[in-house]
Amino acid sequence: MSDDTLIKVEGASKKFCRSLKRSLWYGIQDLGKEIRGHRHGGDGALRPDEFWAVKDVSFELKRGECLGLIGRNGAGKTTLLRMLNGLIKPDAGRIEMRGRIGALIALGAGFNPILTGRENIYVNASVLGLTKSEIKAKLDEIIDFAEIGEFIDSPVQSYSSGMAVRLGFAVASSLEPDILILDEVLAVGDVGFRLKCYNRIYGLANRAAVIFVSHSMPQVARLANRVNVMAGGETSFSGDVSKAIDVYESSFSKCRESNWEISSGFSVDYVAINGRSNQAEVFVQAGASLHVEVRLRLPPRSISLEAVLNIHSPSYELISHINSSQSGLNLIACAASSQSLITISVPSLTLGSGRKLLSLILRDSNTKETVFWAETAWVLNVTSSHYIPAPVYHEATFSIVECS
Amino acid sequence: MHPTPLALHVSVYTPESSLASPRKMIRDMFRDLGASGELAWRLAVRDISAQYRQAFLGILWAFILPLANTLVWVFLSGAGIVQVSETALPYPVYVFTGSMLWAILMDAVNAPLQQTTAAKGMLAKLNFPREALIVSGLYQTLFNAGIKIALLLGVLPFMGIELGWNLLLFPLGLLSLVLVGTAFGLLITPVGMLYTDIGKVLPLLMQFLMYLTPVVFPMPKEGIAATLFTLNPLTPIILTARDWLTGFPPDHLPAFLVVNAFALLLLLCVWVVFRLAMPILIERMSA
Repeated sequence: MSDDTLIKVEGASKKFCRSLKRSLWYGIQDLGKEIRGHRHGGDGALRPDEFWAVKDVSFELKRGECLGLIGRNGAGKTTLLRMLNGLIKPDAGRIEMRGRIGALIALGAGFNPILTGRENIYVNASVLGLTKSEIKAKLDEIIDFAEIGEFIDSPVQSYSSGMAVRLGFAVASSLEPDILILDEVLAVGDVGFRLKCYNRIYGLANRAAVIFVSHSMPQVARLANRVNVMAGGETSFSGDVSKAIDVYESSFSKCRESNWEISSGFSVDYVAINGRSNQAEVFVQAGASLHVEVRLRLPPRSISLEAVLNIHSPSYELISHINSSQSGLNLIACAASSQSLITISVPSLTLGSGRKLLSLILRDSNTKETVFWAETAWVLNVTSSHYIPAPVYHEATFSIVECS
Repeated sequence: MHPTPLALHVSVYTPESSLASPRKMIRDMFRDLGASGELAWRLAVRDISAQYRQAFLGILWAFILPLANTLVWVFLSGAGIVQVSETALPYPVYVFTGSMLWAILMDAVNAPLQQTTAAKGMLAKLNFPREALIVSGLYQTLFNAGIKIALLLGVLPFMGIELGWNLLLFPLGLLSLVLVGTAFGLLITPVGMLYTDIGKVLPLLMQFLMYLTPVVFPMPKEGIAATLFTLNPLTPIILTARDWLTGFPPDHLPAFLVVNAFALLLLLCVWVVFRLAMPILIERMSA
């Protein structure tokens, strides 16, 4: 183990039990075994109702490195962090942690609502492992950072929830750890305070080995220099940040075919995206153009249509809306030809990296009745030379003015 | 720029039971106990000040219950509802001292499970020396005991008891009450954390035990009751503490010493069990 490797995890595994009654009974059994000096977790076999919450996870982390853990709910991220923090024992494998461990997990744990903010700082900081002299030295800085002002000598129950969590963050982040563990608390409070949180964490992260769990991909992209994707307790991918985010997001947008709904009397021959039809996933270069072509059969009457393209993030937030009626155009289909070809062209698709979901909607512009609806039927996989963490970006020119 | 890597403390977590390397385990136990001192103090100050700040009667709560118990028994025997045999001390003094001492013991018994249960949220998320909870419980028990004893010392002279030199030995009696209580309380904590049944049965059990201990009744002279009272390890603890407090020479000193030696041994064993149990409990608490 080299000097600066602070976390070393070898094949760590943990099993949990689905049923509460059984879990409690297993707890008694485990306790009995532990007292007789047997190893935890037995021979590694699962008992009835048990499953592997974390299975065979290995990695090493040096000072200055920042590992992001991503994965869907129940993938074992938090369980892994709890093992690293020494709260629960692994059932197999080995974990070695060097140095002081700081955890931004339960902000304000041990706060007593009756006591004042100042009294609670002392308790909370002691729980986190600060000595009396350290607390004394940092007290003013903590109060300052939390922006509590004169409320510091009022009972915490009179605080707003934002104030309490700010105070919790200020205390927890005043520790100068060698290993920093963050579980979904990268930033708290209002917008102004969140920025302070980020700066504080960046400051801590430079001097520590950081491991954190987050569901916010922009945060992961900002902070991490390595990412492990966890699925079903195992590490399904480990390495480069943008690749890992891609792996994670692809687990959401599995096959989207047969998402088409068509009003009676209409039929759609094909929809081609950038010249390709029958393809659920389309790769596009960030900044390149997007062409959508719809071949449509209409009922024999004159009709005016509007076309809408919606682009959603993998977590289904609408990030872009393209509407033909916005540009004052209605697509008039003549009754004479029962076949129509609708094309939509976006000259420059300024979307951020990774997967996006594309929906196409055609509406009768008079009755507002939807005639064709392909909800998130395609995955747009946006590639770029540099990872773009935001959902969209804009092209810009830059210049530097020389000062005399 | 970087701190020297030599100074870093290394923690290793494996499935092995820490009993497999006893020397390291004992070293860790005392290191954690030492490290928990300050935190325990903070937690005790937090709990005591919060408790009394929110109660109108404040510090009185430390002795209202044993005082009520005393009045009930003085009334029961005075009105002839319950026949209590002759005691060497005036009966009110006997019940009053007995109830107060028993209340101290009860505080000590309840503290470990109470403290650990109340800290569940913290335990599940943060790593701190778990011993701090037990030590904090001890501090709180001693604080409340201090109030009770101050009351006893203030009132006893008016009840016709002369406070003698024996009183100097009373702190030993107090410590032994706390020791025995904590050892028993810590024994039931691991299972009590898993199953709430333990916490519900405990007051019932302690109530029953109280009647098998010379708290409100004097030692019976014969019959099954006499045997039970003699076998009860709490008997010499309560009697000796009361004797020292009221200026009698202690009759049960050998038994007192034996019980304390056992209690100390038990406390060490259950401390080990408590440490071994903690990760298992935390896993089950939030599973």
